[in-house]
Amino acid sequence: MSDTGYDEWLAAIADGEGYYLACPDGHGSLPPRRSCPHCGAAELTEEPLPETGEVLTFTEVHVPAPNFADEAPYVTAIASFGPVKLTGVVRELPADEVDLGATVSAAVGTNATTDEQLLVFRPASE
Amino acid sequence: MTDVRIAGVGLTKFGSHPERTGRDLFAEAALAAREDAGVSRDDYEEIFYGNFMGELAEKQGHQGPVMAEAAGLDCPATRYEQACASAGVAFRQAVAAIRSGAADVVLAGGMERMNNLGTAEVTQSLAIAADELFEVRAGVTFPGAYALMARAYFDAFGGDSEDLAHIAVKNHANAMHNDYAQFHREITVDDALESPVVADPLTLYDACPITDGASAVVLVSDDYAERHGLDAPVSVTGSGQGGDKAALQDRPHLARTPAATKAADAAYADAGIVPDEVDVAEVHDCFTIAEVLALESLGLYDHGEGVGAAARGETTRDGDLPVNLSGGLKAKGHPVGATGTAQIVEMTKLLRGDHGNSDAVPDARVGITHNAGGTVASAVVHVLEVDR
Repeated sequence: MSDTGYDEWLAAIADGEGYYLACPDGHGSLPPRRSCPHCGAAELTEEPLPETGEVLTFTEVHVPAPNFADEAPYVTAIASFGPVKLTGVVRELPADEVDLGATVSAAVGTNATTDEQLLVFRPASE
Repeated sequence: MTDVRIAGVGLTKFGSHPERTGRDLFAEAALAAREDAGVSRDDYEEIFYGNFMGELAEKQGHQGPVMAEAAGLDCPATRYEQACASAGVAFRQAVAAIRSGAADVVLAGGMERMNNLGTAEVTQSLAIAADELFEVRAGVTFPGAYALMARAYFDAFGGDSEDLAHIAVKNHANAMHNDYAQFHREITVDDALESPVVADPLTLYDACPITDGASAVVLVSDDYAERHGLDAPVSVTGSGQGGDKAALQDRPHLARTPAATKAADAAYADAGIVPDEVDVAEVHDCFTIAEVLALESLGLYDHGEGVGAAARGETTRDGDLPVNLSGGLKAKGHPVGATGTAQIVEMTKLLRGDHGNSDAVPDARVGITHNAGGTVASAVVHVLEVDR
């Protein structure tokens, strides 16, 4: 299955050229969008995604859905990257070392169960 | 505007009934509600029916006509899908139909069959209420989403897993007096804290069970009730619905549920009440943290104050504001597409005095129900008042 807009966005992150969509009022959102979800503005431009983000919350999932059966337990986090927040699976960091406020970078990894690409976070220095 | 009265209510026993078809579950609840109402079959004008995952559980779409047959009625029937708030929005549309004068007698209800799927399949099925691109693909399960909110709550406002355990203990205790509840088993704070982790910081006892069940409510206009001499002391005086971004990542606060605030503010204004007037509440505690978020969003507690309410004994059976006397989703059970109208059934019985826990609220006049979809990207609030 391909998902136009999302697939290109994920590919850009994999290439280290991640972006988000900004409206004239500075609200951030992620594609595919035709209007700003926060104010409805139709003029959206691609802006570079900040290189690092801050973990706002996370959970170690012990009971997975079938699409993550081979990953469990795994850590899913929400991290703030400037005007947008991203949700991803934390990689290269043991669960007990994930902390609120930790600095991470966004990248693309592979889901071990489905072999599909997914958004991942890796530890980064500020 | 026509006033809306609840003429009859019906439930199946909630629990694990993997062998029972959805149509059989709904038939039981609908027939119970019809018998309770005592309204002539020919007078039913429309059915508003909630169901979330029927395509996945039973490979059955187009459930409206199937459920009209099951209910023994010959009238149009429409299915509403709004994740775990499916029956709540169905009920809200039923209220609107009566208020507008379009109908005098309608049936609202919901059904979910879940246990014929395994835990893994149910987990996958429930996850479709989250944002597929940005959450499900990043491993967000339904418990995982609420775990993300719980950790964000602890960070923003304080509170801990022991506070949440008190909510589970309270709701299990309440379910002891509800014949229709899935669990009739008291638990302790230690039981909850020592149960297996599902998605940290949430454990098994922070989560509602997987439930099969159905619920139904007969709504009539005030005028119809009077003309037919119906005993219908409970009125629906307020209705409100609120929405939010589907994905947590697109919301400004991860530990607040403003959709419920919007729904509550609209319902309170509709009913002409303020939160202080609420005597009893049934809220959507799919996870213990969800009860906390609900109490705060409904204006019953300030942000940061709701987490300790059960531990302080304020929302227990003997407290000033009993919450989830039914046992809540936690212990009564959560057949997701049936929960919204199940809450209406429980509140109606609590107010009119024929619930196992009515003796805890003998003077209650105003009750509210709060039904949420996803991580409260949808919320529906209703105000019920009883003639005293």
